[in-house]
Amino acid sequence: MPDAHSTVMGTDTAHAHPMLQHHFDNMEQQREASFLGMWVFLITEIMFFGGLFVAYLVYRYLYYPAFAAGSSSLDIFLGGFNTAVLIASSLTMAMAVWCSQVGKQKLLILFLVLTLLLGLTFLGVKVIEYNEKYVHHHIPGHNFHFVDEVHDLKVDQGQAQLFFSLYFSMTGMHALHMIVGAGLLTALIIMALRGMFTPEWHTPVENIGLYWHFVDIVWIFLFPLLYLINRTPFTHT
Amino acid sequence: MAEHIVSPKVYIIIFLALMVMTAVTVAAAFVDLTFHLGKHVVDGAVQYKYNINVNPAVALAIAGFKAALVILFFMHLRWGTRLTKIVVIAGLYWLAILLTTVADYVSRNMMTYPLQ
Repeated sequence: MPDAHSTVMGTDTAHAHPMLQHHFDNMEQQREASFLGMWVFLITEIMFFGGLFVAYLVYRYLYYPAFAAGSSSLDIFLGGFNTAVLIASSLTMAMAVWCSQVGKQKLLILFLVLTLLLGLTFLGVKVIEYNEKYVHHHIPGHNFHFVDEVHDLKVDQGQAQLFFSLYFSMTGMHALHMIVGAGLLTALIIMALRGMFTPEWHTPVENIGLYWHFVDIVWIFLFPLLYLINRTPFTHT
Repeated sequence: MAEHIVSPKVYIIIFLALMVMTAVTVAAAFVDLTFHLGKHVVDGAVQYKYNINVNPAVALAIAGFKAALVILFFMHLRWGTRLTKIVVIAGLYWLAILLTTVADYVSRNMMTYPLQ
């Protein structure tokens, strides 16, 4: 009985959008609340990755030569390629949000699929890189062995292990977020195929978009910090 | 305040800017950006008191600028409410406090501990 309900709530639910939750006055308030809530979640994520970045900075400061040597052994082409792939996926995600805002249903599905494919491309390249680490015994643990082939310096094995431990924990946590993001995108594609998103209500597209861009930002910092420590002739200590 | 719709043109411009900055940061990593200051001669050889390498600073400045573009345009924070903006700024401020932990490690070597 919508009429009785509207009397109790004091709002005009007869014209309310079906997706409007009862505790919000209108769609605008609901949208801004979810935008803010998503940002609060992303800030907890920023603090989480912040801890990893601090660990990285401390050990990079303490064991700079080993970190520079470890960094130079990473494949700069694959790293750069993945950076471009992620930035492109951010563009397609932003375009998907635009499509949902203006009600382009088919184009929305196309951009969501493109974003998912680019995300999977990133993960595929990551698999190639991780495999290289396995082949070269660069995975920290019992069989770890690192030789500095770029600068031909003697590198402390323990310090090199620290670099690769941080490499795997940072890129691994990032990759885990990408996998979660791929799952969320799959859910979005299913919802978009069912025609659930309208210009009035498309909050999941916007908020998962925010998440996807956040994961992109983490990589924007990971790429220079891990891959580009010192690519010039080794002159510093 | 109605939902702000950003035109695809803006997104493409930001995308191109991000790609260019990625290329710049890779190129900059291959250049030795070290400033040599305090020139003096020791036994006929030129030496410098300070050799300041700014490669990491340049890389992080570019990354920070890229992140700012993503946050402001792709993530629509530029058109967000004041409440959202202040929440994000407060979050980044706490991140800055977290990052100053590094200062502890860096400053420990700066003074000599009075050992016997």
